[in-house]
Amino acid sequence: MKHLNLLLLGTLSIVLLSSAGLSGCKKKIANPFPASNAVAGWQKASETRTFEPKNLWQYIDGDSEQYIQAGVVSTATSDYKYQGQLEAVVDVYTMGGPDGAQTILRRGQTKDAQSIPLGDEGLQYTQSVNFRKGPYLVRIVAYESSASTPQALLALAHGVEANL
Amino acid sequence: MKSRRDFLKVAATGAIVVGAENTFGLKGALDQQSEKEKARVVIARDPALHGSDGKLDEKRVGELLDRAIASYTGRKRPVDAWKYLVLKGGANDKVIGLKTNGLGGKGISTHAVLAYAIAERLQQAGVKPGNILIWDRNARDLQACGFTINTDPARVRCFGSDVSGFEDKVESWGASHARFSRILTRECAMVINLPILKDHSMSGVTFAMKNMYGVVERPQDLHAGGCNPGVADLNAFPIVRQKIKLTIGDAMTSVYEGGPGFRPEHLWQPNALIVGEDRVAIDHVAWGILEKKRAEVGLKSFEAAGRPPRYIATAADAAHALGVNDPQRIKIIEV
Repeated sequence: MKHLNLLLLGTLSIVLLSSAGLSGCKKKIANPFPASNAVAGWQKASETRTFEPKNLWQYIDGDSEQYIQAGVVSTATSDYKYQGQLEAVVDVYTMGGPDGAQTILRRGQTKDAQSIPLGDEGLQYTQSVNFRKGPYLVRIVAYESSASTPQALLALAHGVEANL
Repeated sequence: MKSRRDFLKVAATGAIVVGAENTFGLKGALDQQSEKEKARVVIARDPALHGSDGKLDEKRVGELLDRAIASYTGRKRPVDAWKYLVLKGGANDKVIGLKTNGLGGKGISTHAVLAYAIAERLQQAGVKPGNILIWDRNARDLQACGFTINTDPARVRCFGSDVSGFEDKVESWGASHARFSRILTRECAMVINLPILKDHSMSGVTFAMKNMYGVVERPQDLHAGGCNPGVADLNAFPIVRQKIKLTIGDAMTSVYEGGPGFRPEHLWQPNALIVGEDRVAIDHVAWGILEKKRAEVGLKSFEAAGRPPRYIATAADAAHALGVNDPQRIKIIEV
């Protein structure tokens, strides 16, 4: 009987701890990628691909190492097209926490970067927008540059940010 | 192995300028002999390769290729030059692979126009279309370069190792182990390496030798220690050492920081092709070009950034003996 009580107590403890742990977990995001036309002019042009740390190299080769060291948990990517012409790619890195996202964001920062009010911290370049929000690091890169590129990228970035 | 000071002398100019040859007497003869023994690396440039709109002028790519190959082979007519290269590579009536690099995505991959220009010239030199195989890791990488997948042997073929598969047997060289793509082991008699010049977050520089990471099943196993000795070991495997006969390096577009992925904020247009057979010498020259650009924009040297491409010296050591990294033994020909 004593053993049974201990067993029940142990089971109850595990259940309670698990519940507490789950309630403390980050809410899993449904989908950070805006659907076609959810952001004016932008079409989602590919399926979303996801990578775990162990196979991230398939997507970004040796660059994966710095993300792994910074605590990446998963990576998702999708191609987009703006007004049928401008092609871009959206990468969403889910890090273990905000520190990891900040580390990567600042590591790549150059003097050309323009700070923008987006998420917890945002940087804009002529052909890219990078920002972090909580544990998420988002990189949006266009393959061409035109007068409309920065505004178009920024609009898409806001669309992603709203989903995080 | 040369010192960093020696290297920086080369990097400062981006090239070694070989002085006028003394053609008289014993010294002249020795100098000539010495010149012949040097590893030759041709750098062909065209400042107008990209227009003012930043777009590549595809017609000029073919002209640049012809200039580079004519200089490298000493044969003015492209058809003669390519016949010579095919014969020298032992690939008459055999399959010639063109190994591209599309890992960086659309913005920083081997330009398809370069591979197609080479394929066209190989056909003019008598190579059957089906004996030309443009290949990389997988369909996605190839499509990133702008290629269309084709397995029809009546035309120039194009597919990745995802189609061919990899050998079952794990090969070993030194401490490195790999399973090779069947495209390399079974299809190709000769491979022309078409890397794209990039900064690399681990190895510092990725160009000729590093592009061979795309011929094995698990390249991630070779990334430790800044890819040293992984890159050197991989190129020392007999199948790689023997079949990679020539490198035509795409330095028309490059990233000098943030690589190997596409980083438009660090994009740059060297507008050059880099041609040679000595993969170590080519990478050494490529290192100098990237180093010079980084200095121009105020970035740290690779050494100071903690990622010098040490694998280049390793590839030149006695154990690997893949080529030379001594600037005095490299003849750079700028055209």
